[in-house]
Amino acid sequence: MSAVGSLAIGTPTDRVEGREKVTGAARYAFEQLPGDHAYAWLVQSEIASGEILSLDASPALAQEGVVAVAWAGNAPRVAEVDDRELSVLQSRTISYRGQIVAVVVAESLETAREAAAHVRIDYEVRDHEVVLDEHDPAIYDPGTVNAGYPSESVQGDVARALARADAAVDVTYRTPAFHNNAMEPHATVALWDGDDLTLYDSNQGASTVRDTLAQVFELEPEQVRVISPHVGGGFGSKGTPRPHVVVAALAARMTGRPVKLAITRQQMFAFTGYRTPTIQRLRLGASGDGQLTAIVHEALQQSSRLREFTEQTAVATRMMYAAPNRRTAHRLARLDVPTPSWMRAPGEAPGMYALESALDELAVELAIDPVELRIRNEPPLDPERGIPFSSRGLVACLRLGAERFGWAERDPTPGVRREGDWLVGTGVAASTYPAYRSPATATARAEGDGSFVVRIAASDIGTGGRTTLTLIAADALDQPAARVTVEIGDSALPRAGLAGGSMGTASWGTAVTLACRALVERIEALGGHVPADGLEAHADSSDEVRATDQGYSRHAYGAQFAEVRVDAVTGEARVSRLLGIFAAGRIINPTTARSQFLGGMTMGLSMALLEESVMDREFGDYLNHDLAGYHVASHADVGELEADWIEELDDHLNPMGSKGIGEIGIVGTAAAIGNAVFHATGRRVRELPLRLDRLLAT
Amino acid sequence: MRPFAYERAEEAAGAIATLTDGAPGAMYLGGGTNLVDLMKLGVAAPDLLVDVSHLPHDRVEQLPDGGLRIGAAVLNSTLAADRTVRERYPVLSQALLAGASGQLRNLATVGGNLLQRTRCAYFMDVSKPCNKRVPGSGCPAREGDHRNHAIIGHSEACVATHPSDMAVALVALGATVEVRGAAGARTIPLPGLHRLPGDAPERDTVLDPGDLITAVVLPPSAPGAVSRYRKIRDRASYAFAVVSIAALLELDEDGAVREARIAFGGLAHAPWRALVAEEELRGLPATAESFGRAADAELAQARPLRDNGFKVPLARNLTVRTLGELAAQAERRSGR
Repeated sequence: MSAVGSLAIGTPTDRVEGREKVTGAARYAFEQLPGDHAYAWLVQSEIASGEILSLDASPALAQEGVVAVAWAGNAPRVAEVDDRELSVLQSRTISYRGQIVAVVVAESLETAREAAAHVRIDYEVRDHEVVLDEHDPAIYDPGTVNAGYPSESVQGDVARALARADAAVDVTYRTPAFHNNAMEPHATVALWDGDDLTLYDSNQGASTVRDTLAQVFELEPEQVRVISPHVGGGFGSKGTPRPHVVVAALAARMTGRPVKLAITRQQMFAFTGYRTPTIQRLRLGASGDGQLTAIVHEALQQSSRLREFTEQTAVATRMMYAAPNRRTAHRLARLDVPTPSWMRAPGEAPGMYALESALDELAVELAIDPVELRIRNEPPLDPERGIPFSSRGLVACLRLGAERFGWAERDPTPGVRREGDWLVGTGVAASTYPAYRSPATATARAEGDGSFVVRIAASDIGTGGRTTLTLIAADALDQPAARVTVEIGDSALPRAGLAGGSMGTASWGTAVTLACRALVERIEALGGHVPADGLEAHADSSDEVRATDQGYSRHAYGAQFAEVRVDAVTGEARVSRLLGIFAAGRIINPTTARSQFLGGMTMGLSMALLEESVMDREFGDYLNHDLAGYHVASHADVGELEADWIEELDDHLNPMGSKGIGEIGIVGTAAAIGNAVFHATGRRVRELPLRLDRLLAT
Repeated sequence: MRPFAYERAEEAAGAIATLTDGAPGAMYLGGGTNLVDLMKLGVAAPDLLVDVSHLPHDRVEQLPDGGLRIGAAVLNSTLAADRTVRERYPVLSQALLAGASGQLRNLATVGGNLLQRTRCAYFMDVSKPCNKRVPGSGCPAREGDHRNHAIIGHSEACVATHPSDMAVALVALGATVEVRGAAGARTIPLPGLHRLPGDAPERDTVLDPGDLITAVVLPPSAPGAVSRYRKIRDRASYAFAVVSIAALLELDEDGAVREARIAFGGLAHAPWRALVAEEELRGLPATAESFGRAADAELAQARPLRDNGFKVPLARNLTVRTLGELAAQAERRSGR
């Protein structure tokens, strides 16, 4: 399929719902007022491991305005699904501190919250282990990792290659747990009408939530409707329904009332997901002229007792650079902790931090420029799969970025540039993210008045997805974008996949294009005439997605350049300049694309310098569970920030020729910054974040 | 629901009487930027809030001796922007602007800022022990997460730090707090307001129940003194101090230290006046070596915990740099 004619695509376009959002007219999940509703407040476990011996709800029920208290002892049974976090209020076993153990439903939010403090629980407490430790004897090979990849891959003989290498590095990098902190915390309003369930919910995919909740409550998918027109960010943590969604529906069923349930910022640190901490060992071997001869990437991660969740941390290393000998492996420790989940660029963000940092260490070892070292190891084919890349813009990004950044003038000597107390350095790292696509359905409708409506259960989590689909539909219909309305965010619309894995636009856009083309054909069959009562066409992209040619390796690439200042007296690090150049296929809406890249890079800066979820060994929870304690970059942390992209035509992707852009911005940023910190100070800090106490020269 | 009453105080005497007589669950409410959070978390559970933010303590007035009286209800943002404060007490204006965020400073009052509670994560989580919140329950921070806790003046019972930036500047300035209570009015010279934890960490200050801070009085600024506030933090804005310093420096004609006044934030349960360092510096040449020696003398008292030993060299480095900057500024001012 060739790319559609360009009119709207490529035109910088403001968000179509921007006015609604800034005026407050846009209604988010918790703002729904169904009438006769009650409010729910969650009771969380205060131990990390053990059993509930007894629960006394009577002091809570005695409070005026309390409607019900549900827990494992009285909640309706629900079906077990793959994600055992969703078997909530079904068991007396405690798997982590902060796990939901009861819900209080009351006439007001304040009453529910206060009553929750009066629920008395006796526990049998077991010892817990909550800290990831490479010496844990229970570490195991999970066999497969997320997105279905095998946990191990081996090519050639790495031991032999490392032994014979002219230069080698053997280094271990550690990353902490990170928590997604979307501006809008998770929230659900649940209503039952007989056996039909409606959920106003903040999520990244209404169809996914509908299907999962239907399984949990053993309903037909048609009996569940999920409405999510506006979502205030998710970063992966709203990609699958979290346990509170089930609780809201259970509470509504038990009480016969619509129930509103909003998650607090503190609760987000317990059960809405986070990025696993990692311990990653990287071994690289190279010949004296900088040809990689061996790459070994081993990643240790954690998951909960409830569920095996293994982030695909070392998977990007399988295709990033040429090397005849290669081994990647993932290991998992199951701890008394919450189950990790997706967080922007799961796998690539921590994995590429380690790979791209190690590559910088090798460049220093070889005395080869780090941009040049990457270019010298550009693979002609996907090195593991032996197939061509559909397109691969890494070298172009590196070259353009180096030119824009002024890289040629760089003196590689570390620790020699000083402006007052500031030690100044620069660093580079590569970015990548796979270009996936999933099946979706859509309808396109022509109205008698010359307007068009496209319907698909896509999501706009703040990224501009609704606007992007409007541009795609306009071009497929060969109509001005102003005539096209796109309806999304409702599971009653044609089924679609997630805003996740950077595949929303590619997946939805394919279905939208097919539906629009089918509609155009129908209109043409009627001689170009649209009847007064309109004309509609439906499309399902399953066949096209299934027919995707597996003979290509599809990824977006980028190059990140950072200038960092480290205060020689205090150890404070500041990023004065960040430039990202990306090659991500056709950019559909430059306005929102730039925001995505800049947002990802800012989150990468935040990952490098600031963010870290601190596990409390004694109690087993993440301690710094609010925005005062968990440091997300403030405006003052962000210096000069620029993102740009190279034109990339790729006919092997989808009708738009696009690759996803939601995640690649965060990939490589932390490595570029860490590499710049080394260049500035001469100190290689192999643990994130790059806190001042790790950089303080004492 | 836990009901609480709200009362807007129209005059100080009535408010003080309410809190002193027969209302043990009553608390004063200033801007509420800390207290309301603590109420949501269940850390504070007052039965009655007496709002003192509308009392007529909302002015910054020049005193005949050249000092300044700052009403307790003056907003942090107002005080930071006050022309006299910026000109004569830059350390105070800088400290205020280093704290919180613009929105918070627009609500927070001077009295409330002094009386804010520690942000120790254990203190703010009612599901965990904390001697400050529940005396005798224990201190998990000693063996737990204490990277940002005290290194000096702490006790077995408590290793929390005082979070205020403003208070550190006021301590260095030698300000006096005016208090009215059941027994009438009295003054408390800083650093005498905030306590070290000892075996009663539940008491942050020496105030008695019902005591109301009505004003803070700054002494006249010494004409030859220069001052500044420097805050080291993990994030460039909107983060509590890892270590901060408020320093005033006055040199004599020979460029030696006539007087230095130094206070640290982030090191202790109270803003920490560095009396040992100040004494050490008197008469010494204003050099990096002198400043380092003074810092070492002060920090010899430090007893860091497992994970916050870095605060010792950090405080030392910060002292040397800040005093060095002030010495250069004083030299420029004197035209030497």
